[in-house]
Amino acid sequence: MYQYDQYDQKMVDTRVEEFRDQVKRRLAGDLTEDQFKPLRLMNGLYLQLHAYMLRVAIPYGTLNGKQMRMLGHIARKYDRDYGHFTTRQNIQYNWIKLEEAPDLLAELASVEMHAIQTSGNCIRNISSDQFAGATADEIADPRPWAELLRQWSSFHPEFSYLPRKFKFAVIASDTDRAAMRLHDIGIQLVHNDAGELGAKFFVGGGMGRTPMIAPEIRDFVPADELISYAEACLRVYNRYGRRDNKYKARIKILVHELGAEEYTRQVEEEFAHMKELGLNPPVEELARITEFFADPAYDEQASDELDLSDPDFALWVDQNVSAHKQSGYAIATISLKPRGGIPGDASSAQIDLMADLAEQYSFDELRVTHSQNIVLPYVKKSDLYALWQKLDEAGLAPANLDLITDSIACPGLDYCSLANARSIPLAQKISERFSDLGRQRELGELKLKISGCINACGHHHAGHIGILGVDRKGTENYQLLLGGSGAEDASLAKITGPGFTEDGVIDAIETVTDLYLAQREKGERFIDTYRRVGMEKFKEAIYG
Amino acid sequence: MVDAIRLRDDDVHEEPAVSLESFLDQSNATAVRIEAGEDARQLLPYLDRLSLIEVSFPVFGDGRGYSSAQILRESGYTGELRASGDVLVDQVAYMRRCGFDAFAPDSPINPKHMEEALSRYEHVYQATSDQRTPIWELRHG
Repeated sequence: MYQYDQYDQKMVDTRVEEFRDQVKRRLAGDLTEDQFKPLRLMNGLYLQLHAYMLRVAIPYGTLNGKQMRMLGHIARKYDRDYGHFTTRQNIQYNWIKLEEAPDLLAELASVEMHAIQTSGNCIRNISSDQFAGATADEIADPRPWAELLRQWSSFHPEFSYLPRKFKFAVIASDTDRAAMRLHDIGIQLVHNDAGELGAKFFVGGGMGRTPMIAPEIRDFVPADELISYAEACLRVYNRYGRRDNKYKARIKILVHELGAEEYTRQVEEEFAHMKELGLNPPVEELARITEFFADPAYDEQASDELDLSDPDFALWVDQNVSAHKQSGYAIATISLKPRGGIPGDASSAQIDLMADLAEQYSFDELRVTHSQNIVLPYVKKSDLYALWQKLDEAGLAPANLDLITDSIACPGLDYCSLANARSIPLAQKISERFSDLGRQRELGELKLKISGCINACGHHHAGHIGILGVDRKGTENYQLLLGGSGAEDASLAKITGPGFTEDGVIDAIETVTDLYLAQREKGERFIDTYRRVGMEKFKEAIYG
Repeated sequence: MVDAIRLRDDDVHEEPAVSLESFLDQSNATAVRIEAGEDARQLLPYLDRLSLIEVSFPVFGDGRGYSSAQILRESGYTGELRASGDVLVDQVAYMRRCGFDAFAPDSPINPKHMEEALSRYEHVYQATSDQRTPIWELRHG
């Protein structure tokens, strides 16, 4: 994985000192809260319901054991002994003291980590495929491109006060594990006819109040023009994106209002001008970064044989272990969705253990997924049983990847000042109601996503089943949505009808899953049956 | 309004800046002010005779002025480029990178804080109109 050189380290260290100075000025009263707010946001510090929340960047979700252990240390020292892995492949801490934040950032910098641009109206952490570098279905590792974009977008002077936040995702496979087309800019690496690697650009996707699937605006941007093309996309947005209404300020609204064709025309015009300005890095830079992502030293003799005589282990392998490009190896996903647990939460002891296991079994590398789980990308098959036993002892071996209890949930009203309803207790109750693993496996792949308000941090628009918490005359009310997908078959979920109480919405989920079981044809997932049968049938079953 | 802080050596341009609309109407003005949301590209045919372009920042979070400045500098404008309005010390370094060389903040900025802000970062990651050498060029120098 990528390692800082003296330049990267200096940038991050300088930022820590700058922020220390800003905090000092704030505590001394030299900065008003209004003036301080954008500065702390650029460093990932939000003021939430009860305390400051700090979001730490995990670029493209990749980190090593030492960095993971630091996240555990921070949970112990600065928070209440746990952290929360997020849908942006980051980690959040919910109980941070402002006066301690500079020291915390200094500790992060000591392991090449930071919280730069994890909030604010700027270019956020670049997300990517959690199986990058390990899966056979990719044409290249997308992370070097993501790292190049990370550097370019860090401290970008022209694009740090955009109309709204701005999110990139980079993938390199036709299988989309990163909800790429639900990003402001989604990039898929592709080959052109000459066999050269380049970037296909999708612009103007997003969730929030007005969900949109990003249209393709260019089928091929050459590697050596990636940065100038991204500059052109951003400049058109910065100049013309709406600033009169924060709910209409995302690039998806601009692209939608102009039309993809007109937006593309303007980007191309800007690009024609910008490609002459020398904005692109030397071609050697992408090559330099790519070297950091070379394959680990695989054991070429490693065997594909696996002893599945322990039935619980066999279930976990079947559900949570994915095919690897290297024979004798596997990709293991650690589910952070235990029965009745809080999706994405991990204690400092669990974080430490995952760090140890990564060092011992996965060439010192971990990934955070946008589904709030952790991946060990390079596990020898012969080590899987030992790995599973250690995970199981620590409560980290739920065999529920992509099943109904592997839900995504935003922090909701328990923490978030924007929320209208609680998300976490609902996720916990659903997890209890559907706890029988046999039943979950019978239901098969089922992406359940819960947001506590229309800002959609819990990705409810992209759920096979989505739940949106709203405030209805002072009480929490939950709307049910069906038919969304954040994968390569991207689609937006639709609301079934009137909302429910917390228990009512769980009953409604049972109703729709029962209907699925009754209606499905061979090999159909929930989403497939829904698409074939249509919303009306499901509505009838729910509302009768 | 306090006096503008200038990071250039030439004399202060005395002619007051006119609005973009009046500038485009009367062809002899040499100083113009563009508001956030106005299109800096309309000035490109006249850059040679302009000595002062003032770019307005109605609130510090409105970042359109950064792109306006970049566009003007990329097109060869060499006169004074002044950021005016809600200009705070915490934004001046980015403004400088986008080509601003004068600041007319609504509230005074402590010159010491300004100096610190402008000199804090030794290196930069990306190329802009200030012509500083990005880190990726230094790596492959």
